[in-house]
Amino acid sequence: MCERAFPNHLITKSTYNQIHIPMIEFRMPSLGADMEDGTLREWKVKPGDMVHRGDIIADVETMKGIIEIEVFDEGIVEQLLIKEDEKVPVGTVMALIAPSKAEVGVKTPAPEAKAPELHPIEEKMPAAAVSVPAHEGIRASPLAKRIAAENHLDLATVHGTGEGGAITREDVEKAIAERDIKLPPRAPVAAPPAVATDSIRMAVAAAMSKSNREIPHYYLDIAIDMSKALAWLAEANRQRPVQKRLLPVVLLIKAVARSLQEFPDLNALWDNGLQRKKDINIGFVVSLRTGGLVVPAIHHADKKTLDEIMEALNDLIPRARALKLRSSELSESTITLTNLGDGGADSVFGVIYPPQVAIVGFGGITEQPFAENGMLGVRPVLRATLAGDHRATDGLTGSRFLATLKKHLQQPETL
Amino acid sequence: MTEAELKTVIFQLLKQIAPDTEPSTLQSGDNIRDTLGIDSFDALQFLVALDEKLGIEIPEQDYGKTGTLEQLVAYVQSKMS
Repeated sequence: MCERAFPNHLITKSTYNQIHIPMIEFRMPSLGADMEDGTLREWKVKPGDMVHRGDIIADVETMKGIIEIEVFDEGIVEQLLIKEDEKVPVGTVMALIAPSKAEVGVKTPAPEAKAPELHPIEEKMPAAAVSVPAHEGIRASPLAKRIAAENHLDLATVHGTGEGGAITREDVEKAIAERDIKLPPRAPVAAPPAVATDSIRMAVAAAMSKSNREIPHYYLDIAIDMSKALAWLAEANRQRPVQKRLLPVVLLIKAVARSLQEFPDLNALWDNGLQRKKDINIGFVVSLRTGGLVVPAIHHADKKTLDEIMEALNDLIPRARALKLRSSELSESTITLTNLGDGGADSVFGVIYPPQVAIVGFGGITEQPFAENGMLGVRPVLRATLAGDHRATDGLTGSRFLATLKKHLQQPETL
Repeated sequence: MTEAELKTVIFQLLKQIAPDTEPSTLQSGDNIRDTLGIDSFDALQFLVALDEKLGIEIPEQDYGKTGTLEQLVAYVQSKMS
C-alpha cells in the first residue's frame, strides 16, 4: 500500500567513545502514500535513555490517528531534535541515537551501517476525537491527558501522585480501572467517533486524488460461474460449527493470492519503476458504516489456508471498524481487494491505492443466464474486475490474471 | 422465553455486532441485514453470538428462513421448543 521512506543517513560523533561512531537518525516515518507530515505528540524517551529493539519511542499523529512508533535497534538516545506538538514533514530527523557499545563492539562502525528500521505498531484514536472538559491549572503529562481524553475521563477527578501533584499515566489508568468496575460492560466493538471518520475521509480523498492524478488506469472484467465454488463451500460449512464457517470472500482472497503468484508484476509497487514484492499482502477493503474505509493487509495470503484467512478476517474486520489497527497492517499491502458482497452492484472498478499497481474488485454473486458448452443455464455469477496501472502492466497481463483467477475458482478444492 | 424477551436478546446481540446501528427500531417484517446495513461478515458474527447465547445453531441452508425479524423470532422459538 505504501512504502517506508526512511533514508538511511548516518552521522558521526567524534566525542562518543573517542572514536567516530555513526549516529542513528530517527526520522519522521512515512505511514502511507497520502502522508506528507506528522505531528509529534509525545516522546516516550529522553536523552540518555537506553532503547532496545521494539521499544516505542514516540507517538505521532497523522490523518489516520495517533500512531506509536517503534525502533528496531539498540542504543542510547543522544538528542531529541523535535519538540512535542511540532508538525514536521516526512523524513525530518527527529532524534539522534548513539548505537549501544555492545553493538558497536560487535559491529564494525562503518559509514554504510544502516539506520534503525522503524515500525509504527499501533494506531489509536486521535485525542481530538473525543470531548472531555479541559481544566486549566491541572498538571498532567501529555500521555496522561491523552489517555484520559480517549477514555472520557475528567482529569479533575484524578488524584495526581507525580512530582508536585502532577497526574501521571499510572494515575489515569488506575482511575479508569476503578471507574470501569462500576460501569456496565461495554459493547465489544467500538464505533469510531465522527471526528476520526472525518479524518479517514480526508485520508481516502488524498490517496484517491493522487491515484487519479498520477496513475493511468486500465480496466478489465470477467464473469465467473460460482456454482462449483459455492457448492464446495456449502459442503465444507455443513461439516463445521457456526464459529468455523467460511465466507465466500475467503475463496476470493485465496484465489487472488494464488493467481498473483503467477503474475508478480501485479503484486508490486510503482516508485520510479516497477518494484515487485516478494510477499503477497492483500489489502482488504473494510467499509465503515459511518462513511469512509480502511484497508488492512492480510499478510502472506498465498501461504495461508482458507481457515487462516477466515481467522485473519475475524481479527482484522472488527479492529478495522474500531480504527484499532497496527500501522504495519495499514502500510504493507501489495495489492488491494474490494468486495461489494451481496445485494449491491454487479461489479466494481476500483481506484488503485498508490504506490500499488492493481486493485481487484468483486461484485455481488447473482443468478444470471450463463452460456457454457452451447448450453444456457442459470448460474450464480460473480463479476471480477481488475484496474491496473498501465505504467506497470498491459491489458494482456491483466486479462491473463483474470482468466487464471477464474480457473482457480473452478477448482475450490485446490485453494 | 417470551417473544418480547427473545427480541430483546436479538437486539442486544445485533447491537454488539454493529454498535452504530439501532436494532430496536426494527419492525417485524423488516429484513434485518438490509435494514441495518450489515454485511455477510457481521451476519455470521451474529449467528455465532446467537449460538453462544441461546445454543441455537442455524445451518447455512436455513439462512433464507431467518431474513426478517419475524422469521428469525419464529425460527428460534421453534428450535427452543
